Amino acid sequence: MLALFLREIRLGVRAGSGALTGVLFFLAVVAVIPFGVGPDLNLLARIGPAILWIGALLASLLGLDRLFQADREDGSLDLLLMADSRHMLALTVFTKCVAHWTIGVLPLVLVAPMLGLFMNVPPLGLAAATLTLLAGTPAITFIGAVGAALTVVLPRGGLLVSVLILPLTIPVLIFGVAASRGAVADTDLFLPPFLILTALTLFFAVIGPVAAALALKGAAD
Amino acid sequence: MTEKAIRRWIDLANPTRFLALADAMLPWLLGAAVLTVAVGLAMGFAAPEDYQQGITVRIMYIHVPFAWLSMFCYTVMAASSLGTLVWRHPLADVSLKAAAPIGAVFTALALLTGSIWGKPMWGTWWVWDARLTSVFILFLMYLGIIALTRALDDFGRSARAAAILTLVGFINIPIIKFSVDWWNTLHQPASVFRLDGPTIHPSLLWPLMISAVGFTLLFLALHIMAMRAEIWRRRVITMRRLAARRAEGEAA
Repeated sequence: MLALFLREIRLGVRAGSGALTGVLFFLAVVAVIPFGVGPDLNLLARIGPAILWIGALLASLLGLDRLFQADREDGSLDLLLMADSRHMLALTVFTKCVAHWTIGVLPLVLVAPMLGLFMNVPPLGLAAATLTLLAGTPAITFIGAVGAALTVVLPRGGLLVSVLILPLTIPVLIFGVAASRGAVADTDLFLPPFLILTALTLFFAVIGPVAAALALKGAAD
Repeated sequence: MTEKAIRRWIDLANPTRFLALADAMLPWLLGAAVLTVAVGLAMGFAAPEDYQQGITVRIMYIHVPFAWLSMFCYTVMAASSLGTLVWRHPLADVSLKAAAPIGAVFTALALLTGSIWGKPMWGTWWVWDARLTSVFILFLMYLGIIALTRALDDFGRSARAAAILTLVGFINIPIIKFSVDWWNTLHQPASVFRLDGPTIHPSLLWPLMISAVGFTLLFLALHIMAMRAEIWRRRVITMRRLAARRAEGEAA
């Protein structure tokens, strides 16, 4: 599993992968919002965490369709499927998800505080938004793995993945934004939504890889 | 007795048997559905008006059945996915694929009638309240499942893919059901199916129950019709493929 993880990381870091593109896309989405809603700093400070979350959600959907498709093209997906007897396929998918998250999504979380500064988000809100992103975005990757596995046989499944996945990620978004707002506002609480967010991540860490493994077995025949 | 029941269930796996049964059942089912809906709606119009809501309360007699069917249909689809994944029942996939558009239409109608009801009562067409949002997500999931079932041309693959997606999305159904209890928002809490009995007056409850049963029968009839059409469609596709292969063989 460690070898697989390292392989995925190495493939991801090398040129031609979407890791850096995801960060750029995140930057672009967040930068476009102030043009849309106007440069009112008070308003931006209020909706800043929500913008960061939506940007991260869209950016992490971006590279998902390549999660299994690249492996399918060079045939290594069949090898992973055949190794099912030695390493459980769900565990393999889990490792791939973790690697994908480390390469594609962790950089987004790291640049999020900087982008939050542009939005005039107070330091406490920045810390909270980053923490919720760190806890919540793995859930998006795990849900996304199901969509990626379902559409792996489609030549142009990228758009379909987003359509299938977005409704399922809404609870993650709701509790992520609620927790980051709770850290700043006096009336809302931080801890309860944050704990639910963590629970969602753990829940999908189990459901996602199992369902994706089932889908991959169905796709290969 | 149970063995006999299981036997008949397995017999249904033969599409020809299913088609014969569907042909025999459909007129009765459709007739009963139309009759029950008519009786339910007539009783609904004869029922007294709500002292607060006035005549708009009559929207309830279609809104509530639509909303309940939108969840019932998804439950049927989730059961069908289990049938596909666990027992590999050949008709389970047909059932799932046939139910998805019907469910999407019922969900859209529930949202639409709710919106029309909400305008005079709440003063707004739409609020981002927990119940409304979760039903809207259900609508999006129906559309996603429809898109997925139509994206793959191989029946077996598309069956498994749609089944997995449906099962993952089933998490939403309890959320919809309990959303009005968990989050205290604008949509009223459950008033029919409660542990301490319905809180709605019998004069309004009876028409509602009858029209709910009627629309459920209508859903079952539509579902069987759609399944029949889907089986025929698959047969036509298979025959076309065979014909094409035969023509190719003769040419070579």
